[in-house]
Formats: sequence, structure tokens, C-alpha cells
Amino acid sequence: MNSMNITQAQYHQINSVNVSIKATIDGTVWSVPLDPNNTHYAEILKQVKEGTLTIKDAE
Amino acid sequence: MSKAAELANLIGNINAGGGGVNRNVIINGAMNVAQRGTSTTGLGANGANYSTVDRFYTYANGTAGRFTMTQDSSAPDGFANSLKLDCTTADTSIAAAEQLVLAQVIEGQNLQHLNKGTSSALPVAVSFYVKGNASATYMCALIDNDNSRMSTKQFSVTTDWTRITINVPADTTGALDDDNAGSFNLNFYLHAGSNLTGGTYTASTWGASTDANRAVGISSFFDSTDRTFFLTGVQLEVGQNATEFEHEPLERTLAKCQRYFQYLPSGAVGRWNSSTECEVGANFPSVMRATPSTSINPNDNTVNIFRMGISVNPCTVSAVDASYLSPSGGATGITVSATSSTPSSGDVALYDTNGDSEVVFLASEL
Repeated sequence: MNSMNITQAQYHQINSVNVSIKATIDGTVWSVPLDPNNTHYAEILKQVKEGTLTIKDAE
Repeated sequence: MSKAAELANLIGNINAGGGGVNRNVIINGAMNVAQRGTSTTGLGANGANYSTVDRFYTYANGTAGRFTMTQDSSAPDGFANSLKLDCTTADTSIAAAEQLVLAQVIEGQNLQHLNKGTSSALPVAVSFYVKGNASATYMCALIDNDNSRMSTKQFSVTTDWTRITINVPADTTGALDDDNAGSFNLNFYLHAGSNLTGGTYTASTWGASTDANRAVGISSFFDSTDRTFFLTGVQLEVGQNATEFEHEPLERTLAKCQRYFQYLPSGAVGRWNSSTECEVGANFPSVMRATPSTSINPNDNTVNIFRMGISVNPCTVSAVDASYLSPSGGATGITVSATSSTPSSGDVALYDTNGDSEVVFLASEL
């Protein structure tokens, strides 16, 4: 898939462990699992590496 | 196509390593499955968007043009459906980076029989039916994402259904990864700026995937709000010639589509953790390509989540958590913002969609 428009990303924790990311991708809010084969997660990591996206810490 | 010609193509493809059943690597090429709905309006904003017909997505960048995407009943003989794009806002001032692409991505592990990148590489035949409101020229590009290579071919659209057949030569350069990532893109370029049109057009020849060569000489789908583009019968097969479209039972196509997108199935059972949150476990009807992301249908977020002893408990779903899912199922946390009763922690929860299953999205698209 071509680049996604990710406007917000924040870790979600259970028992103080990051288990997923809540992200707004192309206008839709998704819960994204930490699976490198998941296209959303792979794109989030790519954009973080490129410096265009920051994942907020869990609340 | 005459029966004699069809038989000759089939024999030729069998001799070339193709033919037979399961020869079409495109999923939902007859546009029969549309799990997300049959019509989506206002498309064209930046980014990729899976809407209506499964497995086909649109990607737009930088354009003011907008369109509606539908699963349409207009179709050539032998088909019941097509994918229709209808321009609703024109864009005749085309900036360099603009583009509109209709595409399907194909997993590398489903393409290993092409022997691409080896001395035994096989040719590929791409075929599809198209129609429009008027004559137009667009580009079909087969793109090798693993090796940044592509082969392009212009095609013409008229007001009548036309079957386009494209012969893509064998490519002995660049093997495809044997995994569940997207190795091939089948792209239909419908609108593009000079970044994609300013290069050189070479028909049906593998070469470097140069952006400027992707859409040379095409018309613009956004040149008028009269524009329409219809597509169906998409097939990509091993062989030197295109054969008749391989129809398959609907349930088989649906199962293939559910590898990439499905809804949380009714009948998931778990427990309430509080009055507003429960966890339920589910087995997906089709194992998905990867652990799915979850989201909520913006047009339908109401389900019944039963609690023990209460027959009906309509809930408005406000969040669904993907943390403990796997490609085959698992547990998901569901947060509700409104319930008709007040569940207590420990109450049994039963996710029942009451016949309306299209609430929780599970997506592992490419």
C-alpha cells in the first residue's frame, strides 16, 4: 500500500506493558497490534524511523 | 473470444506453466464481495482507502478531485457486478505530485509459481473489462515492490464494455519474497501530475520502477464531473495469453477476502470487567494475513452484548482493543459508552450482533 496519513499515535498499556497503539490513520481511529506483519504497525514504525511521527506514551 | 482461440490460449498457458483452476491470483476480480458496503462518497483525500469492493483500494495524493466508489450492477455478459468510480468534483489544474490510483496488492507467497527473478521465469497475462462515460486512456502497471521494477501498458476506455488483455513478459531479474507481504501491485493510474507522467512510456517491458514513467500519456479521470470508470473481471495469471475469467463460488471469494478484512463474528463469549467494558474471545471464520487492527464502523456502532440473565443489552461500542488478538482470533476488549442495563464485573458477556454483524472492523490489509 502507498503511504498512510497518520495524524496521531499513542501506546496502549495493560499491566504497564505496551500492547497496542491507538492511531488515527487516513481519518479512521484504529487499535493497532504490535505485529510487524500488520501493515498499520509497519507503517507506524516506518514513519517513526523517518522522523515524521512520534508515538505518545500511554496515559 | 472463439472457443478455438480460448482452447489455444489455455493449451499455450499450460505449456508455459499456467492454466487450470486457481490460476487467477487476483482476489475478488469479479467485484462480487463488498463487505464494507456498496457505496462510499467523498473519496479523494490524501492516502489509501479501502472502500466498498473488497481487496481493491484507491490511493489519492494532492488532488482536489473527489469521487464516489460503488459496487455497481453494470457489467459485461457473465458478470453481475463491477467497481464504479464516479467523479463528483473535477480537478483540471493538475499539480506535479497529484495522482489517483486504483489498485490491488498481492502477497509474495501467492506469486512464487511465476519463478520471477530466475532463468525459469514465466510470462504473465493480465486481463480485465472496462467501461467509461467517454473515451479515455489510462495506464495499467504491474509493479514489483520487492525489487522496484515495473511493466506498464496503456489501455483505452470507451462507452462500451471492452476486455483488455495485456501480455507481460517473463522477468528473469528480481525474485519475489516468499512471505505474506505485498510483492506485486496491480495499479490502474487514472489521474496523475508530471511527477508520474513526465517520463518515457515503454509498453509491456520490465524495467526500473521509475515514478516518471508510471502514467505517461494518460487522460485525467478528474477532468469532468461526467467521468465514470467501471472495472470488473480482473485476472492475473501465468501464461503467454489471457484466458477466460475464472469464476468461483461466492463463499470461496468471501473466504479469500476475509484473510484481509472481516467483521468480529457474532457469538464471541467473555465476561464483563466493569459496567462499560468487557472482554470476549472469538475464532475468526478465516485466518487473517496478520494480526488485525480493529476499528468501529462509523455508520453502525450498536450491538447487543448480553449479560447473564438479561436477554437484550443494546450497547454503543466506543472502542475495541486489538492487543490480544492473533491472525486466527483471540480476545478483544470492547468498551461501550451506553448500555440498556448495568453489567457487573464478572457477568458473562455474549457478543451478539442481532443479525447486523458489520460493527467491529478487523483489518490486515496489505
